[in-house]
Amino acid sequence: MILPLYPAGAIGEGASLAVAVATGIAFGVALERAGLGSSRKVAAQFYGTDFTVIRVMFTAIVTAMLGVFALTRVGLLDPSALSVPDTWLVPQLAGGIVFGAGLIVGGLCPGTSCVAASSGHLDGLALMAGMLAGTLGFEEAFPWLARLYDATPLGRFTLPDLLRLPTGAVVAATTTTAVGCFVLLWRHERRRRDA
Amino acid sequence: MSTAAPEVARTAEAPRYANPYAAGIGLGLVLLAAFCVMGHGIGASGAAAQVVVAGVNAVAPAHAQSNAYARAYLDAGPPLRAWIVWEVLGILIGGFASAALAGRLHWLVERGPRAGRRARLASAVLGGGLMGFASRLARGCTSGQALTGGALLSVGSWVFMIALFASAFAAARLVRRQWT
Repeated sequence: MILPLYPAGAIGEGASLAVAVATGIAFGVALERAGLGSSRKVAAQFYGTDFTVIRVMFTAIVTAMLGVFALTRVGLLDPSALSVPDTWLVPQLAGGIVFGAGLIVGGLCPGTSCVAASSGHLDGLALMAGMLAGTLGFEEAFPWLARLYDATPLGRFTLPDLLRLPTGAVVAATTTTAVGCFVLLWRHERRRRDA
Repeated sequence: MSTAAPEVARTAEAPRYANPYAAGIGLGLVLLAAFCVMGHGIGASGAAAQVVVAGVNAVAPAHAQSNAYARAYLDAGPPLRAWIVWEVLGILIGGFASAALAGRLHWLVERGPRAGRRARLASAVLGGGLMGFASRLARGCTSGQALTGGALLSVGSWVFMIALFASAFAAARLVRRQWT
């Protein structure tokens, strides 16, 4: 197992920051090419007129998931060295609900607002300013929010843990669900085009 | 006025965006590369937290030290040594370069056909405010939770992602005038 490189000390901090810039550039290019720097295109997802957001996100998740699974299987990647986001059930559920409202009001997410702003879209710049204000609000209100923020900690808790299934089974089910979803979208759009 | 002065475009002309599945595979490979090199995924909203905490600390250091949330960031080191700050700088560079190469650099306030510029800028600030708050509460956004935790099959990340999509679909009815 030689991956991941940084936790094993194979690259230093300076190199890791260069990797950060390179990763960000590639991330920004992928989002821009997909059209996700356009707030109308993102918002159209939620009126059923453009399904780019779901297609891009689900494809990206499945691609990375299959890559991690395959590299682990062939012994190149140590999955225990990966930082899996810990689960805090209630704050993540509440955060998701508020975030979804912000997404349809704002029309961009934090990452895509950077792409919108850097392509000249002033609504993207305004959204970035709003992000800073909302972050400041959370930080200043933290003494009142700490109990909610720290509620229901479940640690490193994955879908295979929850379902008591082997990782391979969950990977297969997630991939199948994604492909099924893409087929349904394709049929839905074809039906609407023919109508 | 409406015909003489060039109205700021309402939306980017959308020529030749990439196939969404191709873009998704590209994005997934970026995420996989981050896992393989760094051992962690990608993010966005965390950079806002770095900037805000650094700002509060510059203006009122004692106040920042007395706040447990800010102190955790201060103890972790300066923002210019934070991976996510450099990554978000990269997103700005990559977005700019890609839009420039595609001929999609335009000064505009992108908005729906019935929305005014000021109303749209206000909604962008409000939406950003909600997401800034929510991504701190959830410990990440669409990048650090939905994409990263989604690919690593974290239960909390999937809960966050499903909640945000359900909420956005439900709230879309209320703000239909802004977008359609």
